[in-house]
Amino acid sequence: MKRLLSTFALAGAMGLCAFGAQAATKLEQVKSKGFVQCGVSQGLPGFSNPNDKGEWSGLDVEFCRAVAAAIFGDATKVKFTPLSAKDRFTALQSGDIDILSRNTTWTITRDTSLGLNFTGVTYYDGQGFMIRKDKKVNSALELSGASVCTQTGTTTEQNLADYFRANNMTYEVIAFATNDEVVKAYDAGRCDVLTTDRSGLAGERLKLTNPDDHIVLPEIISKEPLGPVVAHGDDQWFDIVKWVLYAQLNAEELGVNSKNVDEQLKSAVNPEIKRLLGTEGKYGEGMGIGNDWGYLIIKNVGNYAEIYDRTVGPDTPLKLARGLNALWNKGGIQYAPPIR
Amino acid sequence: MTDLAGPVGGRAKSSFINDPKVRSIGLQLIALVVVVFLGWSFTENARDNLAAQKIATGFGFLDNTAGFGINQTLIPYSETSTYGRAFVVGLLNTLLVAVVGIFLATIIGFLVGIGRLSKNFVVRTLSTVYVEVLRNLPPLFQILFWYLAVLSAMPGPRNSISLFGEVFISNRGIIIPRPLFGEGAGIVVWAIGLAILLAILFRHWAASRQEETGRFLPVLWVNLALIIGLPLIAMIATGFPISFEVPQLKGFNFVGGVQVIPEFVALTVALATYTAAFIAENVRSGIQSVSHGQTEAAHSLGLRHAQTLRLVIIPQAMRVIIPPLTSQYLNLTKNSSLAVGIGYPDLVAVFAGTALNQTGQAIEIIAITMGVYLLLSIITATIMNVYNKRVALVER
Repeated sequence: MKRLLSTFALAGAMGLCAFGAQAATKLEQVKSKGFVQCGVSQGLPGFSNPNDKGEWSGLDVEFCRAVAAAIFGDATKVKFTPLSAKDRFTALQSGDIDILSRNTTWTITRDTSLGLNFTGVTYYDGQGFMIRKDKKVNSALELSGASVCTQTGTTTEQNLADYFRANNMTYEVIAFATNDEVVKAYDAGRCDVLTTDRSGLAGERLKLTNPDDHIVLPEIISKEPLGPVVAHGDDQWFDIVKWVLYAQLNAEELGVNSKNVDEQLKSAVNPEIKRLLGTEGKYGEGMGIGNDWGYLIIKNVGNYAEIYDRTVGPDTPLKLARGLNALWNKGGIQYAPPIR
Repeated sequence: MTDLAGPVGGRAKSSFINDPKVRSIGLQLIALVVVVFLGWSFTENARDNLAAQKIATGFGFLDNTAGFGINQTLIPYSETSTYGRAFVVGLLNTLLVAVVGIFLATIIGFLVGIGRLSKNFVVRTLSTVYVEVLRNLPPLFQILFWYLAVLSAMPGPRNSISLFGEVFISNRGIIIPRPLFGEGAGIVVWAIGLAILLAILFRHWAASRQEETGRFLPVLWVNLALIIGLPLIAMIATGFPISFEVPQLKGFNFVGGVQVIPEFVALTVALATYTAAFIAENVRSGIQSVSHGQTEAAHSLGLRHAQTLRLVIIPQAMRVIIPPLTSQYLNLTKNSSLAVGIGYPDLVAVFAGTALNQTGQAIEIIAITMGVYLLLSIITATIMNVYNKRVALVER
């Protein structure tokens, strides 16, 4: 239903808007309505998941809060739209949401033919398989003939087809519209294997009746760079969303976090920190937001490491090590262009 | 004054604008032009705007490789097939549910509908409970019940329930032996066709004979013997060319045989039982619309109860039953899109789901999908209208 509405909205927007008529920029629209509308998942622990009071938490959620903090200086000025995998792009194209921050894999098709722009990578991931321990399977190469549950409208579906075909194995795929249905069907024994991004597996395992009865197989069968997405046609908005992530990564690299940021604001001598926090240079101006945008992000939400640790890190139920997501100078591949 | 003479005057000289015929045609033409123009400008605008945002458009994507798997395909399909073929696979899966569902719903609906009017207390009460429970629960909920509640009660494939070692029931669905057609199987198939043809001819002959002489022939038994006997003789004569590939448990799943996936079973059963509750009410209202005098007249002619029902009541009830029955058939077909909820690969799940997401061409795909449902509904309605014409009361 949501999809249909979005499609009509898209068809309506595309059909009725006079071509070339330039409405207000995205930033002006966001400022005038007073909040950022952010598309998230329908519930994926660690990334975007509502609690019993309807408060959202997770890595993707924190990212949207950081954008709100950069614009409004207030991380709470954000509203969340839960979207299924197959509705997410239509919602962004039709303008229902301002940012899609929903563990979305960056691929060339999505970047070039959907009218979307990926703004960076918040989490480097790869697709994996989860299976019951009592099936006594130790490698994904032993999965021939298995029934596999997955979610429709994901890169997962195609990776799965590619992997089994490349290794000459047969399989039966059962694709569901939402994550919850996938987990329920897997828990009910409809399929032997559940497949999605490995971070997702860690989150979904927590929803199973007996999480300890299941293991994640060692194979990583794909590259899944997950990141926020914006619609084509507004470069200023694209820049803002892109640099919010870079500010968080640079802050981690420079050792600035939400606890020491006030102190750093007053006493920092490092010009890089000064530029990040806006005491030197006017870097917010180019994006149409305040020059203290970096300070506001770190103060209200935190740097990348803080967000990672409290949403998916080793001390959370997901227990995901930094791995590829460590900074470039600490063995990972997270790397942000400099603020200057 | 003569200028104002109305049509009564015969040769009216009034302006042609006041001619009702010209007016109505003119207004309709204007409306048509406006609609066509709006449609055209809408499409043009949409195309321009989509192009400006670099969103892919057009129907070329149907020839691209789909690259995803589907777990129930009635025609050969693989990951290397095109989106166009995936569309056909989805469409056939939708049609399969619709046809099987309509078939089952009609049978259950008629039985329950007649049961509601039964003189037997137990049958009547059970039928009433059936109707009241099933038609008052949302269909998606019923589908989920059949899928999740029944599925989780089923054993895994390694402990599946086996019927005669040939059919296996587990949480992977129902696996039945696959018939393998050897040399001479064609003769058996011909024999089945011939038997059906002979059975129809015999029925006609028996009916006309009964009208002439009033004597009954045991049509049912003769036809049953024909339909079972003739293919059997053909089988023996050709040395049993049809063998069965019995499914074998190998690794995770059964290999060989035909797998009826649980999603299909759950969806079909749920839709058939749900729609049957409505059909039962249509049938009941249809039967009650035939006045009791008809029953009394039939009884006094010496017809037995079953004969009265079959020859007198139902034919008259049909003309009340058919129009709402058509609506129920259409509802069932459209409700089959609830398949999305349980992962059955129907048109909406495969085409308006996976294909839409991978290509991102929402407008084209949703338009095609809506067109398909519209077409299916119109075809069903047309067939039912033709049938309705045949059973409608012929007024003399």
